[in-house]
Amino acid sequence: MNIILLTVSILVGIGVFSAVILYFVAQKFKVDEDPRIDTVAETLPQANCGGCGFAGCRNFAEALTKAEDLSAMFCPVGGNTVMMTVAQILGKTVEAKDPLVAVVRCNGTLEHRPRTTRYDGAASCIIEHTLYSGDTGCPHGCLGCGDCVAVCAFNALSINNKTGLPEVNSANCTACGACVKACPRNIIELRRKDKKDRKIFVSCVNQEKGGIAKKSCSTACIGCSKCLKVCTFNAIKIENNLAYIDSTACKMCRKCTTECPTGSILEINFPIRKVQPEAETNLI
Amino acid sequence: MLKTFSKGGVHPPENKLSAGQSVQILPPPVVATILLAQHIGVPAVAKVAVGDKVKVGQIIAESAGFVSANIHAPVSGTVKKIDAFADTSGYKRPAIQIETEGDEWLEGIDTSDELKTEVTESAEEMIRKITVAGIVGLGGATFPAHVKLAVPQGKKAEILVVNGVECEPYLTCDHRLMLEKGAEIIVGIRILKKALGVNKAVVGIENNKPDAIAHLRKCAAVDPEIEICPLKVKYPQGGEKQLIKAVTGREVPSGGLPVDVGAVPFNVATVFAVYEAVLKNKPVVERLVTVTGKGLANPSNFKVRIGTPINYLIEAAGGMPETTGKVISGGPMMGKALGVTDIPTTKGCSGILLMDEREATRKPLRSCTRCSKCVADCPMGLEPYLLMLAVERQMYDRAETEHIQDCIECGSCSYICPCQRPLLDYIRLGKSEVLKNIRARAKMNS
Repeated sequence: MNIILLTVSILVGIGVFSAVILYFVAQKFKVDEDPRIDTVAETLPQANCGGCGFAGCRNFAEALTKAEDLSAMFCPVGGNTVMMTVAQILGKTVEAKDPLVAVVRCNGTLEHRPRTTRYDGAASCIIEHTLYSGDTGCPHGCLGCGDCVAVCAFNALSINNKTGLPEVNSANCTACGACVKACPRNIIELRRKDKKDRKIFVSCVNQEKGGIAKKSCSTACIGCSKCLKVCTFNAIKIENNLAYIDSTACKMCRKCTTECPTGSILEINFPIRKVQPEAETNLI
Repeated sequence: MLKTFSKGGVHPPENKLSAGQSVQILPPPVVATILLAQHIGVPAVAKVAVGDKVKVGQIIAESAGFVSANIHAPVSGTVKKIDAFADTSGYKRPAIQIETEGDEWLEGIDTSDELKTEVTESAEEMIRKITVAGIVGLGGATFPAHVKLAVPQGKKAEILVVNGVECEPYLTCDHRLMLEKGAEIIVGIRILKKALGVNKAVVGIENNKPDAIAHLRKCAAVDPEIEICPLKVKYPQGGEKQLIKAVTGREVPSGGLPVDVGAVPFNVATVFAVYEAVLKNKPVVERLVTVTGKGLANPSNFKVRIGTPINYLIEAAGGMPETTGKVISGGPMMGKALGVTDIPTTKGCSGILLMDEREATRKPLRSCTRCSKCVADCPMGLEPYLLMLAVERQMYDRAETEHIQDCIECGSCSYICPCQRPLLDYIRLGKSEVLKNIRARAKMNS
């Protein structure tokens, strides 16, 4: 019985002694950290996606707390609501930003862009891209190995087996930009998100001259500048035989989509157009 | 016991279908397309304009730096276009297109087959001629020859190592060259020995070419300092580091150059080009290309002008068989599968291989079983499975410490893997990423 008591009291003694030492050591080497970092970090979505350009949410919270001006910093996942809360905690101001969404700018489906060779190497776009121009005639278009799908942390991308192209689920997309970085051919772009998720964009990145582009893909942009002429909002640019619609300037009037001779400008989530009988009579 | 390199190596089926076919000279193509980037280093700069008349052997693009090479007109005619044309990767690169008219050579070029053996030029004069002739490593690496001849200060070349190994299956153009131009190659070796200031030369030839070994031995009798060294058949013996290890026993250190151990390697085709450049004033305007494949009617060895379209070569060898699954530029181990055949031959193109569908298809990929065959067979002593894992997980720092940059991309690992894992594809990606990191670090430090 004595032995048990002795053992317990010695252990308690060691415990108390260590606790006292640890207490003083902790006081001596205390790291002063801004308590707001924890609060800010808790507000952030904890996705650790890297969309803000920092290593993770905690890292971003530290940077936010240190920063004088928050205008260059943005959490695409949390969006304006989270940034407002963060600004409130830190006593700073932020401007609301337009929400963005990832858009795949290639419509080279199996129909539009027949395969010329068969690629059976490593299932990775970046490897296929460095090996050769791809299994279609288009050296700019989507390779369809799904590097973008693999990096998406929000389950917003998937490869459509019928078309062989990735598709974006706008509801899940947080515009973190991981897919934009992963795509070796710069096909994915972050564009302004419309309230009804309507999109108008040039679904092509082929910079070849018209004839060559058309030969490899029937729906390629041929750089004919017809869209440029009908656009009344100055939203369209043509560079390197390729049209580009600026999503911040575009007013979604849909004039360009009907003008495009190859159908490379896509309109998505718009109501079906009414048939215009006048136009038909004019043609006759 | 025949000599060979010590670490790893594989022995794929040799399939030297065209070994018995003597070299046929193909007429110049109707239109020749000459890429400006046919060598390692800076692409050459075009020196002709559209509409210019050119003669064979005339410089049409000039070397744009030390590690670069001149490019000469391979056909005579009119410059039709200076534009971007697809290369073996399918991407477009700047090139000069010439429409052939007749076959008029520049004055001063000796086009006869007559053997010249008098080596009277000084070493400087020889190196100047080699530089002007735009000679690059014709074994496939396309490294400019004059750079190899400029031995860096503080280092000394001791031995010239000539590569007559031709370890790639199917390819036979070096074999044919040794049989048909043996005496010229020996003169070329004497020229290079003089240019480098070395006394000794050794020619490594694999033992599956006994006729070439016997013929070169006979030709080399004129110079006792030229040794013909038969080697055990093992891939990748044609890699410079493997060949140097095999014939001299010296090992090039990691990250080092062959000249660090006193060796300067040259391919037999390059040696022949040196002979032609120095004694006949003939630049690199043509090369030997093996066109082969099991389904092909006439596997052949052709002497073709640089810039000849590859489909023209395939037609000359009997046309593309219907069962063709892949067209490969180069050999089956290190060659590149082509997307289109409407692309020009370059200085580095040693063969065109047509693989039938069954032979060309990769089997389905399985998970790595850690069998370590890739480790055992890597001729550089690397761990390919580990490198692939590191690259897959984007751990490029780890890949660098595992010496990914030492990989010579011979493909032995991918060939031997029982699970058909694309090891080399990932290692290549890793190498390019690691190189980017190394360059970024160097930039930051400077």
